[in-house]
Amino acid sequence: MRYRILTAALAASAALQFGGPARAADLEVIHWWTSKGESAAVSQFAKAFDNDGHGDKWVDSAIALGETARSTVMQRVLGGDPPGAAQFNPGRQYEELISGGKLLDLTDIATAGKWDQVIRPKAIGSACLVDGHWWCVPVNIHSNYWAWYSKPVFEKAGVPEPKSLADFIAAAPKIKEAGFIPFAIGGDGNGWQIQLLFQDMVTEALGVAKRDEMYTKKSAEIAGGPEMKGVFTQLRALKQFTDNGYANRNWNDTTNLVITGKAGLQVMGDWARGEFAAAGMTGVKDFGCMIGLNEAKPVVSTDGDIIVFFKQNNPDVEAAQKRLAALLISPEVQVAFNNAKGSMPVRGDVDMSTADPCMQKSLKAVEDPANIVTATNRFITENTNQQLNELVAQFFADDSMTADDATAKFATIIGNSD
Amino acid sequence: MQRSWRRRFHLPAVIGTIPMILVAVGVFVIGIGFSVLWSFTSSKLFPTYDFVGLAQYRRLWADSRWLVSVNNIWFFGLMSISCNMVFGYLLAVFMDQRIRQEDLFRSIFLYPFAMSLIVTGLVWQWVLDPNLGLQAAMRNLGWSSFSFAPLVDANTAIYALVVAGIWQGSGVTMAILLAGLRGVDEEIWKAARVDGIPTWRTHLSIVAPMMKGAFATAFVLQCVGVVRVYDLVIAMTGGGPGIATSMPAVYVIQLITVRQNVGQGMAAATMMLLPVLVVLAFSGLVLWRRNRRQEARV
Repeated sequence: MRYRILTAALAASAALQFGGPARAADLEVIHWWTSKGESAAVSQFAKAFDNDGHGDKWVDSAIALGETARSTVMQRVLGGDPPGAAQFNPGRQYEELISGGKLLDLTDIATAGKWDQVIRPKAIGSACLVDGHWWCVPVNIHSNYWAWYSKPVFEKAGVPEPKSLADFIAAAPKIKEAGFIPFAIGGDGNGWQIQLLFQDMVTEALGVAKRDEMYTKKSAEIAGGPEMKGVFTQLRALKQFTDNGYANRNWNDTTNLVITGKAGLQVMGDWARGEFAAAGMTGVKDFGCMIGLNEAKPVVSTDGDIIVFFKQNNPDVEAAQKRLAALLISPEVQVAFNNAKGSMPVRGDVDMSTADPCMQKSLKAVEDPANIVTATNRFITENTNQQLNELVAQFFADDSMTADDATAKFATIIGNSD
Repeated sequence: MQRSWRRRFHLPAVIGTIPMILVAVGVFVIGIGFSVLWSFTSSKLFPTYDFVGLAQYRRLWADSRWLVSVNNIWFFGLMSISCNMVFGYLLAVFMDQRIRQEDLFRSIFLYPFAMSLIVTGLVWQWVLDPNLGLQAAMRNLGWSSFSFAPLVDANTAIYALVVAGIWQGSGVTMAILLAGLRGVDEEIWKAARVDGIPTWRTHLSIVAPMMKGAFATAFVLQCVGVVRVYDLVIAMTGGGPGIATSMPAVYVIQLITVRQNVGQGMAAATMMLLPVLVVLAFSGLVLWRRNRRQEARV
């Protein structure tokens, strides 16, 4: 008897779920926007989706550290329980999700929204436009080519503000003497922060054209060349200006050292700007930004974030996913999100007059295609990316490893990459 | 014939063990079989059946992170198991002195084992962090030249892991060995005392050999703990600085989940299985020979 009631109740609840007209859906979104500035930005997405007039709900799954969040998504997909949507970096991180048929095709709303026309530069859209189909929504353009410094620290140490990384290395001993940490960096997540710095230095040393050739042709020759040895030597030189608390520090704690005036300079993508903004700093007299590693050669990279949507076999959920996709790229949401995040919007037709001096620098640089650096993630798989993380982090941690050894290993990794 | 079959396969016992048998076959045998199978394929994110022979093993043994991991596990294993056994035995002897508050002490020593390593590992990380732990505290107290930051130096981080491993493992070793000690007949102690044998000698030559079973249990538990050491590393160093404290289990999980390289991760997992299989085969051989000798004697 008891069972019969239970069965009836189950049947009723099932009927309730599948019957009736198309209804609102809760969408779980996995991302790694966990710092203060980032959560301020992502709450703009959540707010817009919750108030979209269809009664949808943004279910926030914030997981600290990109590699951890990405691996969680992959495990959920492999286990047959994918989230509604997930964040990735544009590039090859999700290529197997596309070829494996796991993603929702967004081509119809992309056509309706004229994504191919509003998204600029073209390189941003091409991360999502594969074989004529749109598989993801680009939400921002981040440049990894930035250095952030504390103006008070440079003032107190009595050195001029840096115009290039070479300037900074020359001034660093004086900053150290004045009792500050000259160079702030963190070693969490397999050393991705160190690799970000390293990639900036590689582009600076090789120049954009030669760097692109190295990655596209997987040229062990360029990767083992004298310029690369110079990069590793310079990296070792920078290490002596760090503090010994760097080993497990995450990027926003590192940025905080610069914000609080404990450290001089950090090389980090422009998401760090969101931290300065969240701390109430404007960039006029409290902190400075150096574009590229050399103000004379401004570069902007096409890194950033994209959102993918997973197939769900439920028309209600798919309709909600498409509503969210269209919303993420709408002009108002783009402005609100990117101002909080410190990134550039993916569309050129929005008003960015409220942007701060640093953002103005990158908006100016992005006008000239020669200044645009393709994101490293476009060339290499996550496997190669992590191998490079390990190499660079090992070199940074282990003083007994020579620049020659490191260059040889770098050449091997690039030569064997797929 | 009928009776001997009955005796061997007692029906309720068979029914009772069916779930366990299913789990053992389903999870262990089939799971391990697929791991080995996929280690010969070029699987990346999704497992495929594109066989590439031993290529994954060749790449594995050329990967400096794997080589570091293998070195680390030997060092960590030898250091932590030997120290755990010694400290565990000494603690057990101490507890066996009919001290007051024995329950309290036992709880204290067992506590590290009872708590999640993710929590205790994080506490260790904070204590050893030069900017907020012991070093910062001593410097704030006025000892400005005090320097103690083992976790951030690639040469010393593994020692910090060993110390945390000992802190975690010696309590449970103590509990097992204490049970063994208590199992030794009081008469033996009396006899040894009558014969005028010093206490340490009694421990070493008489009591310890009688506790063979307890030692073996503790040793096997420690070995299993070492082979799969994962959470301790993740919580304390994340495998860093650089790759200095990477371990095989950390490597396998990293390859499968983060690097999206299932094939090479499975190759590493298969390499982890090999030493275990060798030990199992060896102990099986020893047992088999002993049984045969006993049968021959009968």
